[in-house]
Parts: sequence; C-alpha cells; structure tokens
Amino acid sequence: MITGKDVDHVALLGRLELTAEEKEMFTRQLNDILEHFRSLERLDTENVQPTAHVLPLQNVYREDQVGQHMSREDALSNCPDRDENYFKVPKIV
Amino acid sequence: MQLYRLTAHELHDLLIKKEISAEEINNAVFDRIEDVEDKIGAYITRTKESALESARAVDKQIRNGEAITPLSGIPIAVKDNMCTDGLRTTASSKILSNFIPPYSATVVKKLEAAGATVVGKTNLDEFAMGSSTENSAFFTTRNPWDTQRVPGGSSGGSAAAVCAGEAVCALGSDTGGSIRQPASFCGVVGMKPTYGAVSRYGLIAFASSLDQIGPFARDVTDCALMLEAVSGHDPKDSTSANYKVPDYTASLVNDVRGLKIGVPEEYMAEGILPEVRVAVKKAMLLLESLGAVVEYTTLPHTEYALPTYYIIAPAEASSNLARYDGVRYGFRAADAGDVIDMFMKSRSQGFGPEVKRRIMLGTYTLSAGYYDAYYLKALKVRTLIKQDFDRAFEKYDVLLSPTSPSPAFRFGEKVDDPLQMYLSDICTISVNLAGIPGISLPCGFVDGMPVGLQLMGKHFDEGTLLRVAYTFEQNTGYHKEFPEVIA
Repeated sequence: MITGKDVDHVALLGRLELTAEEKEMFTRQLNDILEHFRSLERLDTENVQPTAHVLPLQNVYREDQVGQHMSREDALSNCPDRDENYFKVPKIV
Repeated sequence: MQLYRLTAHELHDLLIKKEISAEEINNAVFDRIEDVEDKIGAYITRTKESALESARAVDKQIRNGEAITPLSGIPIAVKDNMCTDGLRTTASSKILSNFIPPYSATVVKKLEAAGATVVGKTNLDEFAMGSSTENSAFFTTRNPWDTQRVPGGSSGGSAAAVCAGEAVCALGSDTGGSIRQPASFCGVVGMKPTYGAVSRYGLIAFASSLDQIGPFARDVTDCALMLEAVSGHDPKDSTSANYKVPDYTASLVNDVRGLKIGVPEEYMAEGILPEVRVAVKKAMLLLESLGAVVEYTTLPHTEYALPTYYIIAPAEASSNLARYDGVRYGFRAADAGDVIDMFMKSRSQGFGPEVKRRIMLGTYTLSAGYYDAYYLKALKVRTLIKQDFDRAFEKYDVLLSPTSPSPAFRFGEKVDDPLQMYLSDICTISVNLAGIPGISLPCGFVDGMPVGLQLMGKHFDEGTLLRVAYTFEQNTGYHKEFPEVIA
C-alpha cells in the first residue's frame, strides 16, 4: 500500500514537485496500478534469467581521432540561459 | 484526379511516366492539409517550403533523365519525437516546445536521401506515452473516420495524416503498440519492425529496450517501400542490429499456400469486442481458403504482459527523462531559487500528467527495496513471454490476432482511468517485450470504424509478414476505403 509519504519520497527522487491534488491522485492511481501488477507474484521465476534486452548489445566505440563534431555554438543553441560559452544555472553551493 | 488519395507506388508510376510532377503531388497534399487540418489536427509543424523545394529537385532529376527512387518526391510525415536538423522537435511536450535539434535522426536522413519530401512533424502523446493522442501538451488529434473519436496513440498524428490524405506515408514509433494501435483505429497499415532493424539514433527515447521506429502507409506495398528505405545497421546506435536488409518488395507475393498461421487463444478471449472477433475470424477463414494452415495456439503468459510492460517501460522512461533538467535545452522555470529548485520546478511545470505518472511509477519500481519485487521480476517474466513466442514460432510462420480489443473509442472515455487506457494496448505490447515484428492492416469495419488485424513474426522475418498482409489485402478491399472527414 503506497502512502502519501511514499509518494512524496518518490517525487523527490524523480525531481518532481507535486500539488496536493496531484499527490492525492498519484497515491490512488499508483495503488490501483501496483495492485494490478501483483498478478506477477503468482509466477515462479526462481530459475528464470532476466531479459533486459532482446539483442546482445555492444558499446559503440570509435577510433580516438580528431574528427567532425557538433560546434560549440550548436551545442549551446538550445540552452535556456548562457554566459558566453557556458550553460548558466542558479547558484549550486 | 485526387492525387492525395493515391499511394506512393501509384504516384511513382505517374512520376516516371511524366504524367505528373513531384511539385504537383506535394501541392495536392498541402491543399488537402489546408482543407481538413482544422478538423483533424495531425500536424504540430508543417514544412511546405522545404517540401516543395525537395519536390522541385526531384522534378529536375526526372527532367535530366536521372533515376529516382520509389519514394522520390513522395510527401511523408514524421512523428514529432524524431529529431530534424533545424526544425522544431517537441515530442508534444511543453518541456521541449522550443527545442530545435542541431542534427537529424538517421531515419529522417535516410528518407531525405531516398528523395522523400518531409511535409511536417505530427502530433503524439507526450513523449509517446499514451494510447489516444489526448496526452499531447498542445492539442488533440481527431480520427478522420469520426472526429468525435481518438485516432489512437501515441502516433495518432501520423496515422491520422496518412488516413486523411494529409501525407502519403508517415513514420511513427512503437514502444507498446504506438504504431499498430493507431493504424488499426485509423484503418491504415502500420508496422513495428524487429527491435534493432531500424536505427533509433535521433529518436527521443521513451523506453530504450522497447522503442522502435516504423512506417505508416495506405497499403502493404507502400509499407514495404518505407521499411526498406529506413532499415539497416547504424553505427551511431548501440541498439542497432548488424544485418543485411532484405528486398522487402520481393515479399509482396499474393500467395499464402503452405504457410502455417497460429492464432493465440488468449488474444481472442473475453475482453475483445465480439464484433472485432468476428472480423478477425473472417480474416482467418479467408487466409485458410487461400491455402494457409490456420489453427488456434496458445501463448500462456499473455495475461502477464501488461503488468510486465507497465513496470519495464516506466522504469526505462524514468531514467531516460532524467535528462530534462532545464540546463542544456528545453523549458526552464523562471522562478527558481537554487539549482535543485530549478530542476524540480522545470520538470513539474514542463511535464504533463501521464509523463509524471510514469516517472513516479518507474522511480518507485526501481527504488531500493522494490527493485527485486517489481523490476527484476518483470525482466524475468519478459523472458517467459519471449519463450512463449520462441515456442510458437517453432511451429508457425506467423501469429494472427486483433490489433486492438475495440475500434477507436470516444474522447474522454478512458483519459481519467490510466489502467483502462493501458488495457487498450493489450494485444500489442507482448510484441515489443519479445522484440519481434508486428504489422496491423485493416480487416473490416464496426459501426463505420476500422478494425485492425495484427500479424506477428519471427525476428527479422518482416518478409513473411508482408507476404501474408499483401495476400490478405489483395483479396479484400478494406485498404481502398477513404474517410470523408466530416467534423
């Protein structure tokens, strides 16, 4: 059973600030959804290997050579606030 | 001649005979957009100028006697969760409403290299999360067959655009059925290829182990042409498979003799609208009469697919969406105190309710103390679901089912009940969990609304799916129906 306190904790982990209405709604909806998920408990998966991915994945590497890459201007072109060549954010410490 | 009603292969034939020009085709589609877009709402962004410029380049190629590809000059819409260089890409989210990518997705580059004209970016459920396109942060797309009903989701804009003649073909993305379900609701052909068959580079990630880009088209031939154009290994994408792209048009054979088709009982059980079941049974009988061996089979873990999917997909989404912090791109809240406050406020004001719900769900199931009970358990059940398919494909070439339990539902019918909304994906999500290909094509109408037939195949066996779909289509006429678009 998920409580309002759990919802607060999860919202903090997910970096979300919830209104009182959202908190009430998510508490109710997450309980309904997680209750539905309980059907998985019926299955014995003791000796089953998990499948995270259906393909065998390999990291994509490239040779360590200077090549074409995104320009600084392009990389900064969408940032909401900048100071010359830096992303600008509010004070951290 | 209403050019916007023709398929890509019909238009190509007219182009090479020099009976029409690519510019005429594109003008016809943009005129159609002008006529019906206020009733449908398929597009977030339209790109008439650049499309006409591309069309004129194709016309010049033809005039010069140069060879053109089957998609040259064909107006194609792109779901707005695929990056387009210099063109706003929003994922239908407030958090990306001003995002202009400095690069294009590989699929977009491939389409452009094939000479296609990108006519615009289509509406979707925010970050592709939803089954009705009601979750777009901007507006709702309407079903061209009945504008009081949803077009399906999350690629509702792409499906509606193709259905209404606002594009000839389109690209969508499918994480749990987001190509096949709207294709079914709008009466067009939609295909989710094998996981890894099409590059995901430049696709705004929702659930990385499930997302796959695929085509919408008005018939199976166009679907094959689109699939061939966008498939193939991409060294920029670690989830891209290294394989040789087959000649999919060679699979367009009107013959299913000797093919074994299994119909999973679980997909025809209670919960499927009886009229939908009747339409699918008719399809089974037709394929049988054409020489296929059709019989019922079982995928015993089907009932666990929905909870498995709705644990895995939000878990991956919560991780993928962590990048939206208002620092490097996207929406930033104005009134933040410190940097953590800025993250919290930007995300809270930038994301819509369904996205927040999935972040909450994913964060919860991945959190300490619940990881084993939910996430790890779901990954293990995913193995069992995949094994069900492996066993079925030892015996059958193709599996057949309805695409969706019902035709398109009305606006507001499910939007306040997420669990009910999630259930509308019940026939499609197992395909994503197993990574196999699936196609939806029209197989009838219920109360004037299209019904979709889903065919599922072995990994990288899109060819057999296209063959069965083509045979079905050539022996029926559902794909030729066109909506009047009346508001």
